[in-house]
Amino acid sequence: MTQPIDPQWVIQAHNLTKRFGDFAAVERLNLSVPKGHIYGFLGPNGCGKSTTIRMLTGLLTPSEGDINVMGLSIPKQAEALRQHIGYMTQKFSLYDDLTVKENLQFIGRIYGINADQCKKRIDQLQSTYKLNQYQHQLASTLSGGQRQRLALACACLNQPSLLFLDEPTSAVDPQNRRDFWEQLFDLSEQGTSILVTTHYMDEAERCHKIAIMEKGHIRADDTPKSLMDNINAHVIEITTTDLRQLKQILIAIEHVTSAAQLGHRLRVLVSKNISDPIPWILHQCQQHNRQLKPQDIRLVSANLEDVFVSHTGQPISCQPMQHEGEHHG
Amino acid sequence: MVSPLSSIYHSYLRIYAITAKEIKQLSRDRITFAMVIMIPLIQLLLFGYAINTDVRAIPVAIVDQSDSAAGRWIVEAVKVTQVVEVKQYLTTAEQAQAAIRRGDIKAALILPPTLTEKLAHNETIGQWIVDGSDTMIAGAIKQLKNLSLNDIVPEQTNSSSRFEVSLFYNPEQRSAVNIVPGLIAVILTMTMVLFTSSAIVRERERGNLELLITTPIKPLELMIGKILPYIVIGLIQMTIILGLGHLIFAVPINGSISHLLLGTLLFITASLTLGLIISTIAQTQLQAMQMTIFILLPTILLSGFITPLEAMPTTAKWIAEALPGTHFMRVIRAIVLKGATLGELYKDMLWLVGFTLVGLWVAAKRFNKRLD
Repeated sequence: MTQPIDPQWVIQAHNLTKRFGDFAAVERLNLSVPKGHIYGFLGPNGCGKSTTIRMLTGLLTPSEGDINVMGLSIPKQAEALRQHIGYMTQKFSLYDDLTVKENLQFIGRIYGINADQCKKRIDQLQSTYKLNQYQHQLASTLSGGQRQRLALACACLNQPSLLFLDEPTSAVDPQNRRDFWEQLFDLSEQGTSILVTTHYMDEAERCHKIAIMEKGHIRADDTPKSLMDNINAHVIEITTTDLRQLKQILIAIEHVTSAAQLGHRLRVLVSKNISDPIPWILHQCQQHNRQLKPQDIRLVSANLEDVFVSHTGQPISCQPMQHEGEHHG
Repeated sequence: MVSPLSSIYHSYLRIYAITAKEIKQLSRDRITFAMVIMIPLIQLLLFGYAINTDVRAIPVAIVDQSDSAAGRWIVEAVKVTQVVEVKQYLTTAEQAQAAIRRGDIKAALILPPTLTEKLAHNETIGQWIVDGSDTMIAGAIKQLKNLSLNDIVPEQTNSSSRFEVSLFYNPEQRSAVNIVPGLIAVILTMTMVLFTSSAIVRERERGNLELLITTPIKPLELMIGKILPYIVIGLIQMTIILGLGHLIFAVPINGSISHLLLGTLLFITASLTLGLIISTIAQTQLQAMQMTIFILLPTILLSGFITPLEAMPTTAKWIAEALPGTHFMRVIRAIVLKGATLGELYKDMLWLVGFTLVGLWVAAKRFNKRLD
C-alpha cells in the first residue's frame, strides 16, 4: 500500500501541475517538506498556494505529477490520509449556527473519537486556545481571532501529525497573529509537521523553511536565513531630497531589479553582476542628472521582502492578482 | 488492522455527528422549525375545506319563457339539488349568453314557451347553456340533464333507474375523506424533498463543504446522517394531518396504525433520498428549490391527488408511476380509508424500498469528496 518514502520527508511532490482550462494555476512544482518543520508558502493571492494545498490534501486532482504525503500516494489514497491530517481552510468553514463546543464535538465525532476521550480532548483544547469562556457562544458571534483559534483547535482535535493551514491569519490582528504563531511552535515542538501559506513577510520569517511562490511556480525554497544570506542582489539604501525622481531614474537602468521607497529612504536592489554597486549607482546618477546627489548611500543586509523581490522582480503587494480559490464547484 | 466492530462504531459516531448537528441547526432555525408544524396545519385546513370535487352552488340564470306551473316546478326541482344557485332571472337566450360571457353566471336554463306541450309529448323540455371551459362545472350541470321529473310533474310516470349503486368507503361522497390522506402524500413530498434538497448545497454555499470533505466521513454516512432527523419530522407531519383530518373532517382511520406508520416511513425515506439526489446535482439553493418544484408539481397533478390516475393517458401514467408520491397516494388511501394491509399493497411498498436504496446509492455515488 504505502510507497517507500525517505522518512525525513512528510510531503514530496514531483512535477505537480494543475490547469483550469488554459490557465495553469500550478506548473511543474517540485516540493519536499521535511518532517517536524513549519514549512511556509510565501506568495501573493493567486500564486497557486491554495490550489497546491488542495492537491496535497486530495481535494483537487492534479493535471500532472506525483504526490506522496506521509507515505500515501495522493489523490489515490486520500481517504487513508484524512485520519492523519488537519486542515484549516482559508475561509472559516465551521458551522456559524453551532456553538464553539458543538463545533468541536462535531469534529470529534466525525473523527470517530469516543465520547470520554473526546470530552477530555475538547476541554484541553478549549483551555489551550483560550476558548473556555466562549464555549457556549455561537461561532457566528466570535471575533476574527477567536474564530481562527476555534478553527485551529478543530484542525488539531484528532492530533494530526500533519497540519495544512491556508492563510490562517488573514483576518486577524497583529497581537493575535503573534499568539497564533506561538501556538504553532508549540505544535511543532510536539512533533507536528505544518504547511502554512501566507503573504506576510514576518510570518514567513518565522517558518523553518519557506518556498517563494509566484504564478504557479516555486521561485526559491530554503530556510529564511539562507535565502537572505544568499540573495542574488546587493541591497542599497539611499537618502536624498528628491526620492521620486531618483526612483524613476534607477528603475529604468539595467541591473537594477527594484527600487522601493521607505519613508525618506529608497531601497534599491542591484544585480550581483555589478561587483561594486555604490560607485556604480553614484555614476549612474551623475549621468542622468548632475544635480542629483545622494545625501547618504549604504549597503544593508537583505530582508525577506528583498529576497521575494529579487526572485519575482516585484514586491508582494504589486503582484498581479490572479483568480484563485474560486475554481472549485 | 481495524476490526469490523470498531469500524462500525466509527461509522455510527460519524452518522451521529451529522444527525446531531442537523438537529441543532434545525432547532436554531426558528422559521423552518415553525414551518414544520405550520405547513401541514394550515394546508390541511385550507385544502380540506377548499378542495371540493362535488361541485355545489354554481351561479346560474333562469330564462323561463313558458311562464307556466310546470316551468316553476322544474326551476324549484333544479334549486333543490343545490348544485346550482339561481342568481338571475332573464328573458332571452341572448341575455343569458352575454351574462355567461361576462362571467356573471356559469350556466343558464332556458325553458321554451311551448314547455307544457313538450312535457305532454315527452319531448326535450328545455336547454342548459353552459360555460364549458371548466370541465368540472360542465360535468355537474350535465348531471342535471338526468334530473328525475317523476316527483315534480305528476303526469310523468315512467321510472328510469336500472342500476343500483352502492358506495363503499365514502358513502356520503365527501371530498375531504379522499383529500386528507392524499394531502399527506403532497405535503410530505414537498417538505421532505425541500429539506434534503438543500442539505448538501447549503454546506457548499455556507463554505462548510471544504472542511467536511477533508474529514474521514464517507458519503453514505453523510447521506444517512442527513436524512435521519427529517424522518422524525415527516412522521410528526403525518400525525398532524391525519389526527386533525380525523377530528375536523371526520376522516375515518380504518387501517392499522402500525401499517400506516411503516408505509409512511418508507415514503418519507424515499422522498428524502430524492431530495438528496437533487442536492448532489444543484449548485445553489435556488437551483435546489426549482428542482423540488419540478418534482412537486407532477406529484400534485399526476399522482391521483386531484384527478384519478385511471383517467390519464398511458404516458402520463408512466410518469406518475415513477413518482414516489403516486405509490404512497395509493398506499395511504388504501390503509386509511379501506383498511388495507401492507401485504395487500406489497407492490407499492417494494417500489418505495427499491427507490430508497437506489436513491441512496446514487446520491452517495454522486457526492464527490473532491472539489473538481
